[in-house]
Amino acid sequence: MFVLVEMTDTVRIPPWQFERKLNESIAEELNKKLANKVVYNVGLCICLYDITKLEDSYIFPGDGASHTKVHFRYVVFHPFLDEILIGEIKSCSQDGVHVSLGFFDDIVIPPESLQQPAKFDEAEQVWVWEYETEEGAHDLYMDIGEEIRFRVMDETFVDTSPTGPTSAEASTSNATEEVQKKEAPYTLMGSISEPGLGLLSWWTNN
Amino acid sequence: MEVKDANAALLSNFEVFQLLTDLKQQRKESGKSKQSSGQQNLNTIMYETLKYISKTPCRYQSPETVRDFLITMKGHKLTKAEKLQLLNHRPVTAVEIQLMVEESEERLTEEQIESLLQTVTSILPGDPEEQQRESPMATEDKGDQE
Repeated sequence: MFVLVEMTDTVRIPPWQFERKLNESIAEELNKKLANKVVYNVGLCICLYDITKLEDSYIFPGDGASHTKVHFRYVVFHPFLDEILIGEIKSCSQDGVHVSLGFFDDIVIPPESLQQPAKFDEAEQVWVWEYETEEGAHDLYMDIGEEIRFRVMDETFVDTSPTGPTSAEASTSNATEEVQKKEAPYTLMGSISEPGLGLLSWWTNN
Repeated sequence: MEVKDANAALLSNFEVFQLLTDLKQQRKESGKSKQSSGQQNLNTIMYETLKYISKTPCRYQSPETVRDFLITMKGHKLTKAEKLQLLNHRPVTAVEIQLMVEESEERLTEEQIESLLQTVTSILPGDPEEQQRESPMATEDKGDQE
């Protein structure tokens, strides 16, 4: 689920923080910059693991702050393909079941990856697995708040960096920019179409 | 900012759990001298991740159990990713093993799957309450077999 990513960056320490230990200031700046943020094609950054190398600090003319190139390792949430994860069902909609891990919310299980046959119950707005046994069909509801085990099938990174001023119509471009801002930078596609996957309560022996 | 290696190492949930609890301890000890505005993101992600990991079997693990587990796993010929998943999830049924180990029907016989389950449940500590419930039942079963 979590990987260690080696990165380098130049950290700026303002002069009023010079009395603090350099390592502490740098750790704080790195966490301020990266924690809880998605780095494109890398994953969701959690926290600093360690600092591997500090190069010399420089002060540039015109800026009283020190600039230090830092080599460090960061803990990043980036599940590998086909990994099994356990999450909680946040909501159900026509485009599938939305699962959350608490710290990461953008996981979708599309309708075709649910245990088949499945149908969407409009009245209760939940997906239902129509499980057939010799006794007849059982309707297994995928209620909100239930713990669900799923396999990671696909991941999508979207570059959400600002695109700059658009030239022509101001009003229409504002609308499209707002739509773009709501897109999640990192989404996972899951699947529960195998034996053992789905709600934990479906597979316990009790 | 430059990413040198996006996959330098895999971390188990237990390692991240330890790291976050130590960090939380450090921050508590150093007092609230830091400006909270910049630290809000770190606080949020630490709290949520700790909350999630605390619900998994990792909270009962220790560095020694993880080391023992990996040493015992050497004989089973599993890939790094599969061992990591077994460590993070602590499966108790054969179905879960089949999910985590690729092509388990071809690579492992039923006995091997059973022995794998035994290794996992014996070396990795589970929920202490559940284990207490299970052990009197186990002694009852043994009594029946005799």
